[in-house]
Amino acid sequence: MNNIKKQNKAPFSWLLKMAWRDGKASGKRLLSFMASIILGIAAVVSIQSFSQNLEENIGLQSKALMGADFLIDSNQPANERVLQIIDSLGGFDAMEVKFASMAAFSKNKATKFVQVRGVQGGFPFYGELETAPKEAATTYLEKGGALVDATVMLQFGLQTGDSVTLGTTTFPIVGSLITAPGSTGISTSVAPPIMVPYRFMEASGLLEKGSRLQYAYYFNDPNADLKALDEILDPQLDAENADMDTHMATSERLGQRYNNVGRFLNLVAFIALLLGCVGIASSVHIYIKEKLRAVAVLKCLGASRKQTFLIFLIQIAGMGLIGGIIGTLLGLLLQQSFPLILQEFLPFEVVIGTSVQAIAVGLLLGVFMSVLFALSPLINTWYVSPLQVLRVQENLGAKSRPAQIAVIVAIVVFIFLFAFWLLNNLRYAAGFVLGIAVTFAVLGGVALLFMRLVKRYFPKSWSFSARQSLLNLFRPNNQTAVLILAIGIGTFLISTLYFTKDFLLAKATLESSEQTPNIILFDVQTNQKEAVAQTITPKGLPILQNIPIITMRLQEIKHRSVNDIREDSTSTIRGWILSHEFRVTYRDSLMASEKLLEGEWNAEVLPNRPVPISLSDNLAEDAQVVVGDTLQFNVQGMLMETVVASIRQVDWGRMQVNFSIVFPKGVLEKAPQFHVLSTNAPDKETSAALQQELVQKFPNVSVLDLRQVLELVEGILDKISWVISFMAFFSIITGIIVLIGSVRNSKYQRIRESVLLRTLGAKSGQILKITALEYLYLGVLGSGIGILLSLVGSQLLAYFIFNTAFVPSWVPFLVVLPGITLLVLAIGLSNSRSVLNSPPLQVLRKEGR
Amino acid sequence: MTKILNVSKLRKTYTSGSKNLTVLDDISFSIEAGDTFAIVGPSGSGKTTLLGLCAGLDCSDDGIVSLCGEDLSELNEDQRAFLRNQKVGFIFQDFQLLPTLTALENVSVPLELQGASNAAAVALELLQKVGLGDRHDHYPSQLSGGEQQRVALARAFSTKPEILFADEPTGNLDEETGEKVIKLLFDLNKEAGTTLVIVTHDLDLARRNNHVLRLKGGKIIANETTAVS
Repeated sequence: MNNIKKQNKAPFSWLLKMAWRDGKASGKRLLSFMASIILGIAAVVSIQSFSQNLEENIGLQSKALMGADFLIDSNQPANERVLQIIDSLGGFDAMEVKFASMAAFSKNKATKFVQVRGVQGGFPFYGELETAPKEAATTYLEKGGALVDATVMLQFGLQTGDSVTLGTTTFPIVGSLITAPGSTGISTSVAPPIMVPYRFMEASGLLEKGSRLQYAYYFNDPNADLKALDEILDPQLDAENADMDTHMATSERLGQRYNNVGRFLNLVAFIALLLGCVGIASSVHIYIKEKLRAVAVLKCLGASRKQTFLIFLIQIAGMGLIGGIIGTLLGLLLQQSFPLILQEFLPFEVVIGTSVQAIAVGLLLGVFMSVLFALSPLINTWYVSPLQVLRVQENLGAKSRPAQIAVIVAIVVFIFLFAFWLLNNLRYAAGFVLGIAVTFAVLGGVALLFMRLVKRYFPKSWSFSARQSLLNLFRPNNQTAVLILAIGIGTFLISTLYFTKDFLLAKATLESSEQTPNIILFDVQTNQKEAVAQTITPKGLPILQNIPIITMRLQEIKHRSVNDIREDSTSTIRGWILSHEFRVTYRDSLMASEKLLEGEWNAEVLPNRPVPISLSDNLAEDAQVVVGDTLQFNVQGMLMETVVASIRQVDWGRMQVNFSIVFPKGVLEKAPQFHVLSTNAPDKETSAALQQELVQKFPNVSVLDLRQVLELVEGILDKISWVISFMAFFSIITGIIVLIGSVRNSKYQRIRESVLLRTLGAKSGQILKITALEYLYLGVLGSGIGILLSLVGSQLLAYFIFNTAFVPSWVPFLVVLPGITLLVLAIGLSNSRSVLNSPPLQVLRKEGR
Repeated sequence: MTKILNVSKLRKTYTSGSKNLTVLDDISFSIEAGDTFAIVGPSGSGKTTLLGLCAGLDCSDDGIVSLCGEDLSELNEDQRAFLRNQKVGFIFQDFQLLPTLTALENVSVPLELQGASNAAAVALELLQKVGLGDRHDHYPSQLSGGEQQRVALARAFSTKPEILFADEPTGNLDEETGEKVIKLLFDLNKEAGTTLVIVTHDLDLARRNNHVLRLKGGKIIANETTAVS
């Protein structure tokens, strides 16, 4: 007879009451769980919130970013057809020509590689030219003066009233240029802007053939239907080697760029959060294990499985919510610092607001991830039998296995979905999950392997302290694997950063040989070649390269005109090729940065044969051509048939002039051309003196000191790695919190061990040594595995992604490994003080309370 | 008199490593309502296992256990839990108080599970009855062994159970304290009219009950009525 159909009558409030009663007695333990996720949530919320603010700011300021509603740009002055289009739009409201050149400052005879902006009209129509003095922004055009980049003014000690020479024209400096639409932080580092009136450009002699000019025609038309205009005019302009850009498209591109950076940083922050959650899972595992007896008692007294499960679920969720709130608040505070940290990378001052989405993400993540990662140990409460009050239950794991598997699947699915939400790309999200899984698996696997190996090959000949400390790693409820994981992940991130930065820099590093160019001279006209060489060689400097450059555009690909290809919506040929002005050269041999992949290298053209050219592999791929295909070029009005004779791999990262198209000798010698010369200056002083003389004698020639470029690249990489380090640091701190939590978890166990040892006669020094060695092993193992994993990962990155040789940095081995190990040691010892300092009886009494 | 517990051909085996151990074999007996019943036997005789099966804490491999008119094999775990809350009390050798709850809260739990609104008042009254009224806000770690067992007694009787199972109730107590606890147990039991089932290896304690069931090697070797009855 089965009359028992009902459940007990305890209301939901009883569950909350029990969760609170039990929770307040376990307050410190729960606080440490919470602390594990606070930093991870703070990191995610700060990035999310800042990214959203940035996106909103870009959207609001898109017109200010461009300075106009839309523009038409081209690498040549507007031809007749483009002018017709411009006229049909009511004429342009402002225009400018932009190009790189050398500026000479008479005050201290210094020279600088700059971006010249020759402006005509009331540009900008939105946003402003921020200048000092303020009025210079409006007066420089009428005064015929120059606005010089503020950093350059500072660098060369320039004041308003000094002068700057561009080409053959000298301008008075009427103000320093702080910000201007169209100039972002990084681009101004490479070639800082100088703005001058357009009307002086022709006379300056800088608009010579060969100069890489960009003409832009600005339109101030807030009522224009930009989408419709773009759809109608862009194809027409493409055919004339021009392009239309709207403020929305510009801001979308900019937004996308920052979005990508934000996504990457979000991933780094997410890793910190995952680490915290692993810490939670491990700590909750021990916490629940200690509660299983209480769960059995509750079931004995009549609580159902659901009730006992919910009591602890409520505790964990509550802790997750509080952690989420604190993490979110911390994240919102943290994002206030981002405009300062990222100011060199941002195109404008970002106004920070409160992102509701980021707050919601923070709170939800706090609760959801705590519960998700605590589910695995929590599920054990469901399967605990009340019989456990009488005897310890075996095969609890086997009973709960299907549910445990379901939890693991849920965790993996969640990580994938969150990564997909961040990255908006299935492949990348899957790659991230795989990467995380592999990293965690390797770290966890090595930890378990280490423990097995130690057990199997236990070093019996070691001293008592050394042996005991090893044994301590296997004590019941040990968190050895989790700690190695936590320490390993943080070390892995930091080390990968160092290795990556180093090989990227090595890629850009100049060889220090006299035969390697470190000064490049651009835009040297044919009739200046000898004279320029005569300026260089008397200084004892060699002419290392004298490279002719001819400009041309593609007319046909495999007998199809570029116009036809452009109109073919099914074409897979990359669009940029169809209207690009190529700068090609001719020579009879490969350079050191080139490697022949397919076909045959042709040093010279043979009579009555098609002109055999060599393409870089990336160009061949974009143009969808192979060896044997024909290309027709328009060489400044003359059509030339060529055939692809070979495909080269080019090391674009090397600091030298590389070409995607190379002609053989005997074809282009008589074509209109300009030259690039290179030399090697042994020191900065020689370089500066050479630059001064060259700029004075040949104002149209641009001089690039590769040492300065390398310094810039180093500086940019330093800043980027600082930002990433900042985020990776969250992982380190989270790892420390997990470590502290683990030390506290095992505290009473270690007290008992310590008391027993001291009762048997062990001295404080011995116990200290045992404790210290235990943490030393953890630190060395965790950071060591992290660095080794990073070594492998960086090697793969260098080979597959960056295509460069990998030279490991010494910093992780000599700084990170000992640093992290010492940190682990310090934390372990500082939390073991009460164990070491108290007499055995006092410790036992304290434990009893 | 109605039978409150009826056990018929009970069998229980455990797997230990690769071996199957038969802990109880062909156990049959019954207990009348209001009776006092002792289960005795040497260590490993199956006493605790039998108690667990009778109280619905575990399931047998064979046989029938009928408790308070319910066939336990037909109930799922939550239904057995409900039955325990309504009709069964427990006392354990190691007290089994919830360490994070005070004495008052420990005694209140079974009543709260029943949805009783006066749980705290009833609990306090019971604590006063066992002489711990002024210790109601102390945690188990702040109480001695004897005090903890008295709290456990108060908890066991809080729901006025029909049957109370006690597993070696004095096993962790010294003789003097144990005697006090046993006296309190029998006094409370008499007052409540509960059926009492005690598992013990203490023959003197066993003889204080109406009936004694002797186990050895998982089998019943004797089912005696004592002089007390």
